[in-house]
Amino acid sequence: MSDAHKSMAKPRRSFVAKLVVRLPYAWLVAFFLVPFLIVLKISLSQTAIAQPPYTPIFDLAGGWHGIASFFAGLSLDNYAFLGSDPLYFLSYLKSLEIAALSTVMLLVIGYPIAYAMTRAPRRMQAVLVLLVILPFWTSFLIRIYAWMNILQHDGPLNRLLLALDLVREPPVWLSTNTAVYIGIVYSYLPFMVLPLYATLEKLDESLLEAAADLGCPRWKAFWLVTMPLSAPGVIAGALLCFIPAVGEFVIPDLLGGSRTAMIGQTIWTEFFANKDWPTASAVAVVLVCLLVTPIVIFQHQTMRGIERD
Amino acid sequence: MQTVGSKQGVARRDFAPWTDHTLAPLLRIEGLTKRFGAYPAVDNLSLAIYPGEFFALLGPSGCGKTTLLRLIAGFERASAGRILLDGVDLLPVPPHRRPVNMMFQSYALFPHLTVAGNVAFGLKQEGLPKAQIAKRVGEMLALVHLENFGSRKPHELSGGQRQRVALARSLVKRPRILLLDEPMAALDKKLRGETQFELMELQRRLGLTFIIVTHDQSEAMTVADRIAVMDRGHLMQVAPPAEIYEQPNSRWVADFIGSVNLFEGRVGLDGSSVEGTALGRLRVGAKIAAEPGAPVWVAVRPEQLRMGPNPAEPDAQWALENDVAATLADVAYLGDLSIYRLRTAAGVPLQASRANVGPFAPRTIASNDKVWLNFPRAAAIVLTQ
Repeated sequence: MSDAHKSMAKPRRSFVAKLVVRLPYAWLVAFFLVPFLIVLKISLSQTAIAQPPYTPIFDLAGGWHGIASFFAGLSLDNYAFLGSDPLYFLSYLKSLEIAALSTVMLLVIGYPIAYAMTRAPRRMQAVLVLLVILPFWTSFLIRIYAWMNILQHDGPLNRLLLALDLVREPPVWLSTNTAVYIGIVYSYLPFMVLPLYATLEKLDESLLEAAADLGCPRWKAFWLVTMPLSAPGVIAGALLCFIPAVGEFVIPDLLGGSRTAMIGQTIWTEFFANKDWPTASAVAVVLVCLLVTPIVIFQHQTMRGIERD
Repeated sequence: MQTVGSKQGVARRDFAPWTDHTLAPLLRIEGLTKRFGAYPAVDNLSLAIYPGEFFALLGPSGCGKTTLLRLIAGFERASAGRILLDGVDLLPVPPHRRPVNMMFQSYALFPHLTVAGNVAFGLKQEGLPKAQIAKRVGEMLALVHLENFGSRKPHELSGGQRQRVALARSLVKRPRILLLDEPMAALDKKLRGETQFELMELQRRLGLTFIIVTHDQSEAMTVADRIAVMDRGHLMQVAPPAEIYEQPNSRWVADFIGSVNLFEGRVGLDGSSVEGTALGRLRVGAKIAAEPGAPVWVAVRPEQLRMGPNPAEPDAQWALENDVAATLADVAYLGDLSIYRLRTAAGVPLQASRANVGPFAPRTIASNDKVWLNFPRAAAIVLTQ
């Protein structure tokens, strides 16, 4: 390619490159930052019997005076209210507890699955990955409804347990925390298995041979080599499951009972039942702040992984 | 067998335990076979390696040399045969209990451990006290000149440094045999040359037995006391480097090691000449170990072919030299030596090489020049297979 050619082609390509780099930012601004700022603003407002159901409303027609009175109308009252009522605190706690426990269960179940997948013959692995993501081909909601059916009083699970003589009385599953755990673990399993599989699959087999060569039996090499090296996958999988699980609404709403009030349901109640948009928004903002911490840890880990590669 | 050190007497060191039948080998491989499916990667192979030996497994890719090494390390399960270390069969012993260590081609350093952690890994498995581990790791790092790198992670090191960490890690347990799988393949050429000499020095100093797998023949010839040339799971020849080069036992070995001019013919009636070759009748140095009329091959190394304007001994009846007229087709100037591609009047291609020692050396012959090639009888290697 001649120099003249190069200099002509270069600026155009870099413009496209810039666009490609900036597109995700534009996306984040439009679909994350702007909505978040709107929610943040509502969380600082007061409820009102109006349309929309809060004041003040940002209105440029009022001029400088209007803007000033708008800012004067904002307050942190809703956050103070969240602190005064233990309902919210308990709801957050419950959400974190359910999400954390589910994540641990997902790890315990997902790790052996991912590990077994990497041990399968090469040709089988593609099929196994397909099987892991196969449930996504059915609507999430339908799958949760299916679980409602499975877990109901005279559902397949209880009939199986009775047939196997494992229980005398059919246990109650629906509207319990157990059902919520079942639902979350079932729904989120692919999000745990896939990052774990991706990490374990990259693991250099010669590292395990080196460990064996240096006198380390196979089971011990798993703890000394495989586990530490799969840490990025464990962290990625755990965060991919933990973060959405905290805000989970559908599963606790359909499978859980009134006692499993997770934060998603609290927001729903405030928003739709109580028509209290500002409080609902405040609950949502606090949730985002709570989740930023694990996201930052995740980012940090990913960057470290990239640097190492 | 008094061939050690070769005709020219370039014995590297006075070390040839394989010639002493009173000595017991350290490692004895008997009828070892490893099949992948129906394909035998190692085929009924027998071999003895002696204490203190630097032994090279050399061959083209896919010849089974790495499989043989991995069988010794225990990463592959043998289909048949025995591997005896000090008379004890290693095959039932799992890899983590075998008193041999391996240096991997990829180095296989643990990326999550520091340099010191990598070197200490093997000692920790033995359950040694911490102070002793630290002492031995320190000694080992000093041996490979990495004293100040103990707290680094492998990804913070250069390729050459990583290679030395891998070496230190595989040596720290004082293995009965150190197995090296293409240990220098990832190094650049200059560093490889230096590392080869360092490795030899290290091996002599520690008095250990090394088995190295390599596809690089100059590397094998540099470091090894003996070379086993392998092809398709078989040992083609096991001998010191000079013997492999100067007295190959087959056309395959002669052709694989270095360059060679090969001529097919039949043993002459006098028993010390080969007739009917593409160059006519060739005189050889010694009595041929085959009946007159038997098919044989004459191999001549390019550096043994001398070029001149006249035949060496034009009229001699009992000539000591073989003379061939040829035309120069091409010269490859490599600096230290030049490779000459020639062709006889009958069209037989020949290759000669000459060290560029004098200032005029490369310019005395030009393309299309007619030259006489001659080589002494002793330079003609007769191969019966």
